[in-house]
Amino acid sequence: MNNHASSVLVENLVKKFGSFTAVDRISFETRLGEIFGFLGPNGSGKSTTIRLLCGLISPTSGSATVAGFDIGTEPEQVRLRIGYMSQKFSLYDDLQVVENLRFFGGLYDVRGAELDERVKWAVRMAGLSGREHAMTGALAGGLKQRLALGCAVLHRPKVLFLDEPTSGVDPVSRRRFWELIHQMADQGVTVFVTTHYMDEAEYCNRLALINRGRMVALGTPGELKRTALAGELLLVECAPLEAGLAALRGAPEIADAAVFGSALHARSPRAQSAIAEIPAYLAARGIECARIEVIEPSLEDVFVALTRGEPLAGENSQ
Amino acid sequence: MNRVVEVADLTKRFDTVAAVDGISFAVDAGEIFGLVGPDGSGKTTTLRMLGGVLTADGGRAAIAGYDVLGDPEAARHAVGYMPQGFGLYDDLTVDENIRFFADLFEVSSREREEKASHFLAAYGMSPFRRRLAGQLSGGMKKKLALVCSLIHTPRVLLLDEPTTGVDPVSRREFWSILYSLVGQGVGVVVTTAYLDEAERCHRLALMYRAGLLFCGTPAELKATLPGTVLSVSSPEARRLQRLLEHAEGVLSVLALGDAVHLVVDDPVRRLPQLRARLAAEAVPCGEPVQVAATVEDVFVEAVESAETRA
Repeated sequence: MNNHASSVLVENLVKKFGSFTAVDRISFETRLGEIFGFLGPNGSGKSTTIRLLCGLISPTSGSATVAGFDIGTEPEQVRLRIGYMSQKFSLYDDLQVVENLRFFGGLYDVRGAELDERVKWAVRMAGLSGREHAMTGALAGGLKQRLALGCAVLHRPKVLFLDEPTSGVDPVSRRRFWELIHQMADQGVTVFVTTHYMDEAEYCNRLALINRGRMVALGTPGELKRTALAGELLLVECAPLEAGLAALRGAPEIADAAVFGSALHARSPRAQSAIAEIPAYLAARGIECARIEVIEPSLEDVFVALTRGEPLAGENSQ
Repeated sequence: MNRVVEVADLTKRFDTVAAVDGISFAVDAGEIFGLVGPDGSGKTTTLRMLGGVLTADGGRAAIAGYDVLGDPEAARHAVGYMPQGFGLYDDLTVDENIRFFADLFEVSSREREEKASHFLAAYGMSPFRRRLAGQLSGGMKKKLALVCSLIHTPRVLLLDEPTTGVDPVSRREFWSILYSLVGQGVGVVVTTAYLDEAERCHRLALMYRAGLLFCGTPAELKATLPGTVLSVSSPEARRLQRLLEHAEGVLSVLALGDAVHLVVDDPVRRLPQLRARLAAEAVPCGEPVQVAATVEDVFVEAVESAETRA
């Protein structure tokens, strides 16, 4: 054990499959009780990193400790101290609520009075009091999801891995779920979130972005939004939209542009002069510009910019 | 405007449970219409009825003017339907899959070739025409499924959660394809459980428990939120949340990773109070700023007020 007893410390982690480097010298450290988001496109090495951290595969080189144990040399110790929950709930639909909880408790060697106490706690936490003997398959999505969370934390893991935990869940249940996650983090559990949902990423204290096996960004959601884009993002409302798009792509002060709903999003290295000049530029081409203003980039803008290396370019390019 | 989808009082029951309960909406040519809502809210059932693979129990639906019940064949030819897990044949090549779907709709080989070349080039897939569908990446598979749905030149495209499980880069590419399609006059109905995708639709309906909570443009949707959303960035968002939860004029507080979002009744009155409170409590935080409401903010408010009324 080292002094990072309950969190995650990753140093120069590498995983190769044959000649393919899936994870390429990744390093980071999470604080106790931190909600840490791990984002990346499909095939970026994100899932491989999670499998490494869960002690399911061993690294080619580099090291990582999870809850104080080395993933390479003490993977079984690591597995006892982590919880894992996926949106594709691993619950048994034809078992009762308490049966699922007891089953997962048994897997993690939680027994006797401790198991009884934890099952009671999980039922309360999940808001399932009175439904202990309901069939799991008959529960609404939000309740099922909280039951899955209960199963994943029955053994009091120090690090909790969540994979798209709230995709498809109704927004009210989703907010309740994140409230529970925040409470666990308050108690010192480190929460590791992987997701393609940028609105889930907003709930994370810090985000790491992985692309082609490398970590390309690390920071709070706010820091990433402020720093990831080269220039600023403009919202442009104009008519006709298609002509406006074509014109903007050739306009001075505009690096690229794309359709977003009924408006255009454009990136500009010099937003203030763009705002001053673009309406006249469009008007000269018979396009009426009703509105142009700087907007805050979304985490999706950040994600796309950093994983493609060229912000917003190539959108609507056919 | 040219109505390409008309839905009136559409209902579907499974046993005694209404999966879709008397919903109505219309979609114009050149419009992307989103059916947005959580799993189990009735989105897929609605789309299946429009696609002619499920029969409604009540109400009516028309595609390009053809009643899906009265004239199902004509309606089916006017529609391209891409269900979740679209049935591509993994052991057929890209070209063979396209040919299969073209033959189903009796598309001539000349037209098929023209369309296939056009779409495959536009979607960056020309080099992969002889690759087995099973060997394509997830994003490519979605694009191939789209080409197969478009091969008979439908006037309406029905897409059931086309971006689920797709990463943000591919998701954005998929949307830019949709924008180019509607530019050519196709009407699109797309379902999604991603609330942030609602903002990309021209109009949308929020679907919840078999019914529609709202139908309109994203801007109209956001205008329905009572109150104004303020954002305060802070490394101690949770502490800030607890501090402000019961403050005067604060309707709700949501803790995010590095900020809180507050809905307040009157920003002009509340902002000075808020600043004073934050200064007195000495919580490390940024200046409160007004931010646009998200579709999720509105959805939560709509569900909660619907439940209060019930």
